[in-house]
Amino acid sequence: MGSLVPARLLFVVLALLLLIAIWLSLALGPLNLALGDSLAAAFRLLGAPIERAGLEQAELVLAQIRLPRTLLGCAAGAVLALCGVAMQGLFRNPLADPGLVGVSSGAALGAAVAIVGATFVPGLPLIWEPYLLSAFAFIGGLGVTLLVYRLGRRDGQTHVATMLLSGIALTALAGAVVGLFTYLADDRTLRSLTFWNLGSLNGASYARLWPLLLITIAVAFWLPQRAKALNALLLGESEARHLGFDVERIKRELVVCTALGVGAAVAAAGLIGFVGLVVPHLMRLLVGPDHRLLLPASALAGASLLLLADVAARLVIAPAELPIGIVTALLGAPFFLYLLLRERV
Amino acid sequence: MLAGNDLTIRRGAITALQGVSLQLRPGQVFGVLGPNGAGKSTLLAALSGELVPSAGHVVLQGRALADWPDLERARCLAVLPQSSTLNFAFRVADVVAMGRLPHRTGRRADTAIVEAALAAADAQHLAARSYLKLSGGERQRVHLARVLAQLWPGGPGRVLLLDEPTSMLDPAHQHSILQTVRGFAAQGGAAMVILHDLNLAARYCDRILLLKDGRPHAEGVVDEVLRAKPLEAVFGLDVLVQRHPERGHPLIIAR
Repeated sequence: MGSLVPARLLFVVLALLLLIAIWLSLALGPLNLALGDSLAAAFRLLGAPIERAGLEQAELVLAQIRLPRTLLGCAAGAVLALCGVAMQGLFRNPLADPGLVGVSSGAALGAAVAIVGATFVPGLPLIWEPYLLSAFAFIGGLGVTLLVYRLGRRDGQTHVATMLLSGIALTALAGAVVGLFTYLADDRTLRSLTFWNLGSLNGASYARLWPLLLITIAVAFWLPQRAKALNALLLGESEARHLGFDVERIKRELVVCTALGVGAAVAAAGLIGFVGLVVPHLMRLLVGPDHRLLLPASALAGASLLLLADVAARLVIAPAELPIGIVTALLGAPFFLYLLLRERV
Repeated sequence: MLAGNDLTIRRGAITALQGVSLQLRPGQVFGVLGPNGAGKSTLLAALSGELVPSAGHVVLQGRALADWPDLERARCLAVLPQSSTLNFAFRVADVVAMGRLPHRTGRRADTAIVEAALAAADAQHLAARSYLKLSGGERQRVHLARVLAQLWPGGPGRVLLLDEPTSMLDPAHQHSILQTVRGFAAQGGAAMVILHDLNLAARYCDRILLLKDGRPHAEGVVDEVLRAKPLEAVFGLDVLVQRHPERGHPLIIAR
């Protein structure tokens, strides 16, 4: 299989980029740890016997704040990019993106229902909250994915305009309901809701990390096994069927996988747009459209991009920080316009 | 090799196909002709297993088509669509390699097969190009190479169904595609091809089925079917049938 850059070299570069992004994400922030200190503290956390003055504080910041946040960013970036690839394969269109076709908003609506609903259930164990959120976000994402898929298809073809327009309508609808909740919410709920709408890794905790990490690992193992089927799907559904694939089953699996991945990402980090669009596009330019290379490359690049965007979000107006959804939208929206103009869909 | 027996397909209240029977035999090219909406593509969909007939059944090598596991079926039955919607920048060789997806022959064997299939479709010079940069005719040849790779090395037991493979091509490419199909049949494979051009059918087909309003109007060898009367009945076109001065097959001229 040919690609524009030798595949092995690209994967080495992407892996290095991810390591650098992880390091920066661990080291930089309102409380600046020296790059060396953060590295030393990271090794100490892993059990290395390093003794140095002030390392305890670095270790505490690292273990309680930076590490869960970094892992959350890695997982969210990887899973969003993977789901972007899956959706683009499913719709057979490079412009499909979980954010643009409304899946993320559906998931956010699910999360909002969970947040507001939780205030009506006194005595709900706090430990359940992240899992409930994930479940509701998944249901919201699944509902919208199915709806957009049904609306956007006619006679076995995907109508891009219909798909994007249904996405706009569903995003508006979900936005209106979330807006209604926002209007009626008390202060604490309001903060949570605003957070979902803008997307942020701030306030990352291990409790919030686990559901996302589990789902990301599952998606990252499962999707590459469907790489050949995704390649065949790009030819067309009938063609994939003639090549011996059970197309209906693969489509169902892709929809569930996307809804799970996006739902988990939204539940953990709110609405982070354009990662699922920009990353697969850039990787396709580098490795070509073959999903056997595209999926792992997108996962690595998605994780790196989101971490770097998060570092930027922390530093631009430090000591305050920007919601990361704003950063990705600032980068992603112009890129999307460029693609639209180039492809003239 | 592939037989449709008394196939009927209903879509809601509409009967798209009624009582069509045909036999695709090794070494033969079977032509399906008929006006737009006569049910040609519906017939092809039924024969490929894409549509389940409301009545009648399809038999591939003595076994009901529906009983074949997907992958096994794909190794001996391939379909060339009228046009493809592929919208991603695969290399041509990678598109052709997708024909090997149902197989487990290994990468090295597949690479050789892809090359040979490209050569058979007269498209080896395109191998390294990007699919999106090709013209319509070149794309059609790439997909022909893909289905040839899927059935490679051809021979008895392999069935190829083609849906208007020449509709978007210039005359030279129309002939080159159909010559490749004849080559596939010469090796012992069976082919069915939907055509609009009567003279291409006269030249490249062994047997022909004329469809009208979803029903079979005439079926038989070329000389039997391509006559003025059945053609007028099916197409509503007044034609003169002569002999090709060099090849002897019927030559159809509109009056």
